[in-house]
Amino acid sequence: MDILILLLALFVLSLFLGVELITKVPPTLHTPLMSGTNAVSGITLVGALLAAGNDGSPMLVNMLGFVAVTLATINVVGGYLVTNRMLAMFKRK
Amino acid sequence: MNANIVNFVYLLAGVLFILGIKGLTKPKTAVRGNLLSALGMLLAVVVTLLNMNTVDYSYVIAGVVVGSIVGSIMALRIQMTSMPQMVALLNGFGGGASLTIALAEYYAKLGTTPGSFAELLNPVVATSSAFGVGVEGTVALIAIGLTVLIGAVTLTGSLVAFAKLQELMKKSYGLPGGPIGNALFLIASLVAVALVVVDPGNVAAMVTVVVLALLLGLFLVMPIGGADMPVVIALLNSYSGIAAALAGFILGNTVLIIAGSLVGTSGLILTQIMCVAMNRSLANVLFGKMAEGGETIDADEVYAGKVTSAQPDEVAMILETAQRVVIVPGYGMAMAQAQHAVRELADAMEARGIEVEYGIHPVAGRMPGHMNVLLAEAEVPYDKLVEMDRINPTFEDTDVVIVIGANDVTNPMARDVEGSPIYGMPILNVDKAKTVVVIKRSLSPGFAGLPNPLFAMDHTLMVYGDGKKAVIEMTTALNQA
Repeated sequence: MDILILLLALFVLSLFLGVELITKVPPTLHTPLMSGTNAVSGITLVGALLAAGNDGSPMLVNMLGFVAVTLATINVVGGYLVTNRMLAMFKRK
Repeated sequence: MNANIVNFVYLLAGVLFILGIKGLTKPKTAVRGNLLSALGMLLAVVVTLLNMNTVDYSYVIAGVVVGSIVGSIMALRIQMTSMPQMVALLNGFGGGASLTIALAEYYAKLGTTPGSFAELLNPVVATSSAFGVGVEGTVALIAIGLTVLIGAVTLTGSLVAFAKLQELMKKSYGLPGGPIGNALFLIASLVAVALVVVDPGNVAAMVTVVVLALLLGLFLVMPIGGADMPVVIALLNSYSGIAAALAGFILGNTVLIIAGSLVGTSGLILTQIMCVAMNRSLANVLFGKMAEGGETIDADEVYAGKVTSAQPDEVAMILETAQRVVIVPGYGMAMAQAQHAVRELADAMEARGIEVEYGIHPVAGRMPGHMNVLLAEAEVPYDKLVEMDRINPTFEDTDVVIVIGANDVTNPMARDVEGSPIYGMPILNVDKAKTVVVIKRSLSPGFAGLPNPLFAMDHTLMVYGDGKKAVIEMTTALNQA
């Protein structure tokens, strides 16, 4: 139960932090913000790795883990690369 | 590896994600922010791999290799005009990843080894204690059920959004029951989640959640039209974040929770901004049609005999004597791939000492910030892109406004005609300028289906034709003058 409360505290505080941070992002950068946060949501890769590499679990679990790793990696690699590509174009005169 | 070290590195990764988003608050620091965020991701992944005890790396490596190749190809080949599609697809993959993780965790904890698809449905004897001690087991089950639900909705919803943006799906279909049908689907999925929580061995209920949620994602997005896509993409973005945070609760993983909630709030805030910019509630965008107008407005009555058309070289003559010009782009500019041509026209004007700025409406295009990215691609400096609230007071001192591919966001009915379906939607007050030039294929209405009285005003000139071609002709004429 202790851990659960700690995780919940972390969740709630992160939500408030998110609101503070995101409201300061200028509209010009909203598209990179979306693709960038998309890459961040690829953090599910961490969970996917745990599921895919768990030796001794049923085959089905590894297969689902493989799908999860693939999808999350696309998210991470594609998200960061495309964000970088876009941001590199934003220049001041 | 020591669990404390692992968690410390996760904390470090979380801090890097936060610094990464903080970097995005200024264009100058944005590239570095993105790199910091990527570094955080690398740290989290490496420490996870090192921490895995007995590992079968084959599935992991296969997944990482396939994912990296697909992701890189997508990211490097995508055109800037197609960025909304790209983000929609990535959202879908994020949702799919959360969905499969939750399912993997579910079957892993059940410890079953189904040999065939049919056996997947066989009930298993299990209690919540397999998922954690006491309350924790129940909470883990609820988190698994909700992650599956949200992940699946995000997956299919995003794929439909992609199909619509790519114009693979042109019509809008919906569940016959409309919002009520969707509500029934949602309730049925939640009931199935509850069944799983009560009896974790009820595998059929879990499969039911998956199927219902996949269908719900389809039905939710199918009826929504193109111009409402910015809202849908932003909302699905937030779903993918929420699904990641929930997956963090399943695995007791701190970095998933931090990252997921940051993404979740980001998507929700963008959704809110888009809804305000359209003066519509989220429920109205998702389930409603555009409000029906009190009386139907006859386009012929608005336009008859009052519309003045002009040729590009005539516009160039007006531009010659202008001192300040504002360019207002819309989705039509993206469709015509006219962003480079527009930049060249602006260069030609600036060479003559004309002040040029761009007025950007928050919902111009198909996703938040779509126009800014396109113009950045055409090397327009970002300090020339002015948001609605700051550009609006300047229109009275503007000699010429060039509207290219935008319609509803300039419609003065939203400001002046009470009872009009779009009344109250904030618009760019382009009609306050001395001359308005509208580049458009025809007088056809925009997404709201309304005629635009702007086109019939005395100081408005319509330039019919392809946006790119018209702009290039203006530039040529201006350079020759």
